[in-house]
Order: sequence, then C-alpha cells, then structure tokens
Amino acid sequence: MIEGIFVEGLIYGIMVLGVFISFRILDFPDLTVDGSFPLGAALMVQCLLMGMNGWLALLVAFAGGVVAGMITAVIHNHLKVPNLLAGILTMTMLYSVNIRILGNRANVPILKHETLLTQVTDRLTGIIPDEYILLVFFLAVALVVKVLLDLFFRTDLGLTMGAMGNNEQMVISQGVDPRTLKTVGVGLSNGLVALSGAFAAQYLGFADVGLGQGIIVSGLASVMIGEFLVLKSNRIGVLTFCALAGSILFYAVMYLGRYYGYVINMTPSDLNLIKGVLIICLLILTQFTKLKKIGIKAVVAK
Amino acid sequence: MIELKNVSIVFNQGTVNENQALSNINLKVKEGDFITIIGSNGAGKSTLFNTIAGTHLPSRGEILVNDRNVTRDPEYKRAQYIGRIFQNPTLGTASNMSLEDNMMITYKKGFKWLKRSLNNKMREYFKTELVQLRMGLEDRMKENLVMFSGGQRQAITLLMMVLSKPALILLDEHTAALDPKNAEIILELTNKFIKEQKLTSMMITHNMSHAIEFGNRLLMMDKGEIIFDIEGEAKKALTVEKLIQKFHELRHKSFENDRTLLSEE
Repeated sequence: MIEGIFVEGLIYGIMVLGVFISFRILDFPDLTVDGSFPLGAALMVQCLLMGMNGWLALLVAFAGGVVAGMITAVIHNHLKVPNLLAGILTMTMLYSVNIRILGNRANVPILKHETLLTQVTDRLTGIIPDEYILLVFFLAVALVVKVLLDLFFRTDLGLTMGAMGNNEQMVISQGVDPRTLKTVGVGLSNGLVALSGAFAAQYLGFADVGLGQGIIVSGLASVMIGEFLVLKSNRIGVLTFCALAGSILFYAVMYLGRYYGYVINMTPSDLNLIKGVLIICLLILTQFTKLKKIGIKAVVAK
Repeated sequence: MIELKNVSIVFNQGTVNENQALSNINLKVKEGDFITIIGSNGAGKSTLFNTIAGTHLPSRGEILVNDRNVTRDPEYKRAQYIGRIFQNPTLGTASNMSLEDNMMITYKKGFKWLKRSLNNKMREYFKTELVQLRMGLEDRMKENLVMFSGGQRQAITLLMMVLSKPALILLDEHTAALDPKNAEIILELTNKFIKEQKLTSMMITHNMSHAIEFGNRLLMMDKGEIIFDIEGEAKKALTVEKLIQKFHELRHKSFENDRTLLSEE
C-alpha cells in the first residue's frame, strides 16, 4: 500500500514541478494544465497503440504539452489577454483536441497493451522485489526531471526566468523580451505536465479526457504544502525538492481519503471539496505565519 | 549620439483627458555629456526618459541613436544600449534571488542562453567589484536581495548597470526614495562611476543645487517643453537664485510654489 501512495505522488510530482514553474517562478497562473495533462495521456496512449517506441511516445507527449503551453503564452503575449483567460481558452480548445486524438472517444484503455511500465517491470523482475519496481522506477524518473530542472534554472536563461516572476522590469532592462521568456517558461511547464499525464495514463491503464479535471488545484495544493515543509530558501534544488515532497504528501492524503474515507462516510466525489478546503486552510495558515513573523520583528525592534 | 527630433507625446488623444506630455522636443545628447534635468511635477521629465527608453512610443517625431532611427524599437531592444535606474530601488533587482544570481543576470545585456556562466571566477570578479561600494556586500553574495536596504539595492543596481557598459544611462530621481545619508552615498558613487567610465548620462533631480553641482549641462523643463538648456562654463556660473530668476523670466509667471517645485537643500 505504501508504495502506491509514493508512486502516485511521484507521477503527479512531475506535474507539480510544472505548476511550480508557472505559478511560482514565472508568476503566471496557468490553467492550460487541466488540458495539457490529458493531452499528454492521450498522445501517449495513441502512440503506444500505434506501436511506437515507449520512450519516443513519451517525447511526443512532452512536445505536445510544450506546444499547448506556448499557445497559451502567445495568446497572452500578442493579443494582450490576461494570462488566466489565455489558459482557459487553450484548456477549452484542448478538450476537443484530446477527444480527436483519442479517435472521437472519451476514454481509451491500454491495459492489455505493452507500455513503458510493463517493459520496465519485465526487465527488473527478479532484481528488485515486484511491489517495489514501479516505486524505484518513478523515483528515478522524478529525480532525473528534478535534477534537469535544477540545472536549467542555474543557466543564464534559467536565472533570467527566475527574475521574471519577481521583477519584469528588470528583465526588460537587461534587453530581454519578457514575451520570449514567458513562451519558453509556460511551454516547459506544460511539457512537464503532459509528461506526467503520459505516465499517469500508463499507470492507470487508460487515457480519459476527464483526467485533467481539477489537476491545477491538486498541483497548487501540492506546491503550497511543499512550501510549508522548508523555511524560505533561494536554492532552486531545495524548492524543487519541496514541490516533489508536497506532491507526495498531498497524494498520500488523497489516497487515504479514497481508501479509508468510508469510515467517516466520505465518498470519492467529496475529494474535490476537500482539496479546495485544504488550499483555503493553507492560505489562512500562510497569512497567519506572515503575521507571526511581523509580530516577532516588532518584538525584536523593541 | 542620441538625438530627438520634434518629439511629441499626447496621452489619451481625442478624449477629455487629452494631455500633451511632451511637445516638440529637440535634443541632441553628445557623447560624454552628463545632463541634469530639473522641473516641477508634471513637467515631462519622466515622460522624456520613458520616450528615450522606449516605454512610450512618441506620437510624432523621431529618435535617432548614432544616426539610426529607433523610434519604433520596443523598450527591451533599446535596453541593450540604455541603462536605467528608477526611483524605486526594488525595480532594479529581483528580491527573491541571491546577490550573485542578480549580478549574473545583470552582468551582460541581451538574450540569455542555456549556458552556465556563474562560476567561481565570476564570483571573484563580482566580489572585487562590490568592494568599490564599501558596504561590505562582498561577504553577502548568497543572501537574497530582500535582506538588503534600499540604499544597498540602489548601489548594486548602479554598479551592475555600469558593468554592463551602456552607451547612455538614465537616472530617474534614483536617490529620491532614500534617506539623506544613503542618497548622498549613491550620488557620490554615481558621480564617481560616470567620471571614471566617461559615461554619457542624464539625471532627473528635484534638487537644484545637485543639478548645478553635477554634470556639464542642465535642462529645465516645464509643461512638456525644454525651456532652458545651458552647458559648460555658463552652467558652472549658475546659482540656485539665478535658476529661479531664469524661470520667472522665461515663463512670465510668479513662482508662488517655488518650494514645492524645486527643493534647494
């Protein structure tokens, strides 16, 4: 059971990293995510059914997400549409696109088909105990993504992108077009979300257009939980670690809610309410800790 | 070097709120000029800077840089050769990033690629440059900018702008938000850097004695026009009284709110 919690947290953790980039680093509240997550899933499943190599299919899913994100950024940049609305537009359009990709169906199963996960399981059987294979695999995947992101945000481009959400004027003053940075950043963010969707589809055994519903809320909740874990840090490695850890914690709570919620008469459909309430509580807590910090300062000043 | 030809800016054209912010500005900034600009609130000083920097596009007229027409270039393109410091010290640096990261971002103008330039050699270089500020910042390279005072942040912005070697620097009342002591330090640093590096610069100030003390040329603005332009020896002979006198002569109006207009300290 414990593996199940971790695996979910790690798969969705890649999505949380994407949400972290758009919300926290770029300060670009991007709702494309609700569409790019099932986009990744749909692309992955269709590519696998067409007999494409699993790793290549993963790349296709990632690229699809990048394009979706870039469309949002371009709508926002060039038509002067607020970023929230730009995201909603792309998300809405993606709903139709996803159904097209799935061959005019809302749900395509892939349970009996060979996937990356079955390949990995076949290869690792006997080396690692069966129940831990997926855990080890997804741990490796999440870590690779995290480390690559850390490296990216230490390059000159990554650093400038870090300044973007903080101070757009500073970026302009450096002779960099903020629109380019937004396009790259939101593209990258949605690429990760689609990648997460691609893994989720293989794990669940199907792709569904409804897969992304409310995913942005889960992502945001995970990011916020992660931020509670460690005190303020300016090291990107710590921040991405927090996002992953937040995801694992959040999905653990959701997992427990799904499996043991019946004890308190809770149904799975109550989870969305719980997610929303969780975010509100976290926001209240943030306000509270801010107040406390100011209080401490005032005392010290005296 | 930089030339403005008949530049006008009208905000909200055709509405009741129509506002002629700049009218027919002709200005030639020569290489090595250090121009101070004074004028009351709403005289068009900041609009002039915004027009040169590209934040606002002029309604009429042309802007030339080394005889190249840049009138329609967006702000980020002009920022390649124009350095700018604002009144608000937080606009020049990113609060949630460390000092060394900030310095790396501002070290070079232009698009940044997937290269990792921040290494120990760069850190050493930044440290030696920071020593010039004499604020002990060289030992705080890993700290976030949010931990620094307004004066320190403005000093860092100034230093980084100088290191990026812009062709023209625009200082928009960059000491106005600081306490008197820090304002003095920043002004001294500014003067030192401009002299050492022979930077072409323009500085808006509300302080007439500063406007007279610094620079080789002085512009006085009123109602979107440059009403007075003096340089060289003639500028050196200026005093605060003479400046106020000049304003009376030029505008034929009593200067009832002199004190709110321009401060003397």
